[in-house]
Amino acid sequence: MAEIIKNASAGTMESSDAFVTIEPAAANQINIESAVEAQFGESIRKSAEEVMAEYQVSGAKLTIKDQGALDCVIRARVETAIRRGMEA
Amino acid sequence: MTKLVKNIREAIELSGLRDGQTISFHHHLRNGDFVLNMVMEEIADMGFRDLTVNASSLFDCHRPLLTDIENHVVTRLMTDYVSAGIGHAISEGIMDTPVEFRTHGGRAADICSGETPIDVAFIAAPSSDPMGNCTGKFGKSACGSLGYAMPDAMHAKKVVVITDNLCDYPLQGWSIPETCVDYVVVVDAIGDPKGIVSGTTKITRDPVGLVMAKNAAKVIKASGLLKDGFSFQTGAGGASLAAASFLKDMILKEGICGSFGLGGITGYMVDMLNEGCFKNLMDVQCFDLKAVESIKNDPRHIEIAADQYASAKARSSVTDNLDIVILGATEVDTDFNVNVHTDSTGYLMGGSGGHSDTAAGAKLSMIIAPMFRARLPIVCDHVAAVSTPGKDIDVLVTQGGIAVNPSREDLAEAIKAAGLPLIGINELKAKAEALTGKPAPLAHGDKVVAKIIYRDGTEPSPIYSVK
Amino acid sequence: MKRSMLFIPGNTPNLLINGNCLGADMVIFDLEDAVSPDEKDSARVLVRNTIKYLNFKSLGTIVRINSVDTDYWKKDLDEIMPYTPDMIMLPKTGCPADVLKADAYMTELEKKLGLAKNTVKLMLLMETAMGVENAYASASASDRVGAIFLGAEDLTADLRCKRTKEGREIEYARQRMVVAARAANVDVYDTPFTDVNDDEGIRIDAETAKAMGFTGKASISPRHVDAINEVFSPSEKDINYAYEVMDAIRLAKEQGRGAIALHGKMIDAPIVARAQQTIAAAVELGLGREA
Repeated sequence: MAEIIKNASAGTMESSDAFVTIEPAAANQINIESAVEAQFGESIRKSAEEVMAEYQVSGAKLTIKDQGALDCVIRARVETAIRRGMEA
Repeated sequence: MTKLVKNIREAIELSGLRDGQTISFHHHLRNGDFVLNMVMEEIADMGFRDLTVNASSLFDCHRPLLTDIENHVVTRLMTDYVSAGIGHAISEGIMDTPVEFRTHGGRAADICSGETPIDVAFIAAPSSDPMGNCTGKFGKSACGSLGYAMPDAMHAKKVVVITDNLCDYPLQGWSIPETCVDYVVVVDAIGDPKGIVSGTTKITRDPVGLVMAKNAAKVIKASGLLKDGFSFQTGAGGASLAAASFLKDMILKEGICGSFGLGGITGYMVDMLNEGCFKNLMDVQCFDLKAVESIKNDPRHIEIAADQYASAKARSSVTDNLDIVILGATEVDTDFNVNVHTDSTGYLMGGSGGHSDTAAGAKLSMIIAPMFRARLPIVCDHVAAVSTPGKDIDVLVTQGGIAVNPSREDLAEAIKAAGLPLIGINELKAKAEALTGKPAPLAHGDKVVAKIIYRDGTEPSPIYSVK
Repeated sequence: MKRSMLFIPGNTPNLLINGNCLGADMVIFDLEDAVSPDEKDSARVLVRNTIKYLNFKSLGTIVRINSVDTDYWKKDLDEIMPYTPDMIMLPKTGCPADVLKADAYMTELEKKLGLAKNTVKLMLLMETAMGVENAYASASASDRVGAIFLGAEDLTADLRCKRTKEGREIEYARQRMVVAARAANVDVYDTPFTDVNDDEGIRIDAETAKAMGFTGKASISPRHVDAINEVFSPSEKDINYAYEVMDAIRLAKEQGRGAIALHGKMIDAPIVARAQQTIAAAVELGLGREA
């Protein structure tokens, strides 16, 4: 099980990217800001949950500032944020 | 006699404006315009109610108008284009009566035919003489062509010219003659030059935009229309300009000379004129300083009125003789219907302008747009608003392939023969969705906030409020 | 037949996701120079996901990893190898030992992942004086090597000369690379042309490389891709001549004649070999028919 031990971030605010921040928390929590939230909010949440589950993250607050990123980009940024948050 | 009055208020008083009447404005000063706000401030102060504003376009600088709408000074709006700031308020339901969107040609046609009569037209004029002979070609607020103001000036019951550069009579090279003008008002400034014309229009450097542009130019070549005497219009978007740039190289390389370039004119079109790509420019509006300089100095660069540009009711208009037009889109559906009115969240942020007019007239009407934008596929099942009907669109060029309207089998054959990546519109949609995922449908509100009046008078689809 | 290869910065989603729309025969997802040290980790994951989730099957995918003298290259391979790009580009290849080092680790990973050996090929980027001098030795050090590639920017710095558009300073390196590649039976790619806005310059530079025997050419701008593809495709004239050659020898065989002439010139074995290469390339590019 992966423990998020520090605040970390990944990605950028550029178009087609996402800026993801992660911080330790009591339970998992995902916040999404996106211009296409109506169309893709659910998909973004689902992908973030899947990556968190893959790393068995159980206590993290994840914030995704989406700039119209494709799913593979969202997943990459979430994964990098998790990895960075796990490092001592 | 004198037409000079001491201020805007006096001009309004003399015009005989009454509650419930229609006033008009033109948008050559674009986001730098002071005139609409100055006039509306007086009108509101004078206690008028229930007016109709017929403005060729509305920009964010016109946001004070929203207060007049809230106060019922203005209760009806007719326009061809709104920028996002105004569009946002309309989409949230600020008007009780739906806004009427026309095309640039449609607006001019309805003004000329008396369908939408104007009681008082206010003409922002960068230079005028005391009798109202006026032009946009020079003066500190120079904007070039006054094409969209011309039908208003010809057909309004009263015409007020507002200028910040009063010249001796007779002004040389007027665009609108004194015969149309009732009153002339001199003010300190009719606009902010920074907002009127941009310094330069830039070609995209985005690689995806360049790929689309390159393909667009190749499609034009494949269409067979690029020969001596051709005519051409393009939007001022980065990818459209890049397409024009590739096209220019082709034209010069092959030694072809076109008849005319049309439209809102950018410095890029001026370069094409000067390098011999065509013999003339027909200009209804200037977009940048280079275009303003050119229309002032070069007799080959011709100012045209909005009705001559694109009216469907005129005996003929220039768009009828247009060969090629490159246009943009926020959405295209699988029937090739195009939306340029609303954005991906359903808010108004545009309008037809000359989109539908040129698409209807041109022998080749091309949409250039990325396969997806901010994760939203450009091709959808049904556009939220039909700005231009699919029957008038021949081809959609994206970086993921070129989709040709099934009605243009000849064009599809030509594109295929040229070795360009042809793709069916449904396949293009699927290809984009394979990358983006399928977007959840966007729900809209119940209130009709705007209607689109197509150039033939039909109303293809209402625009609803946002939820 | 892969003529053009386009560099795409590894941490730039907007370009990565459009990599297959930019006209190049191959894309190079760059984890090396285009990525700053503190973003190596994120670029790795992003490039991996791009290959994993997006369908780039229609074109060649190459990942430029960091060189074997850094701390990054093994991590790069760990992340990327499971998703089997066509090639790994090894920058700053100086000598056969560099190749063997990368090859050994790739073999280890392939075994661990249950992949056949040499599933992923190596493209060696030679961009130092040592690298160019050892070109043949490196290219033939492992049968994993599929291509070598000249990097003239770093090379000219190493040579202490100025990089020019005309490229006189890299003439020897280019020739040496082509000879080494052909001797080792691998493909060989020319250095990118760096003036993005010089449409005439890229064409001349590509024609020079083509005339010297290069397989194709790299590009740092999508603007250059079309010119490269055009220059490295067989011309209509070449294709027609190749068919004439093949028709002539077929006719000669039917008539039982030995020596044959076409347009007054003897057709010998090298001419036939070149005609066959031209036709093969034309067929692959959809420009010709089988002979």
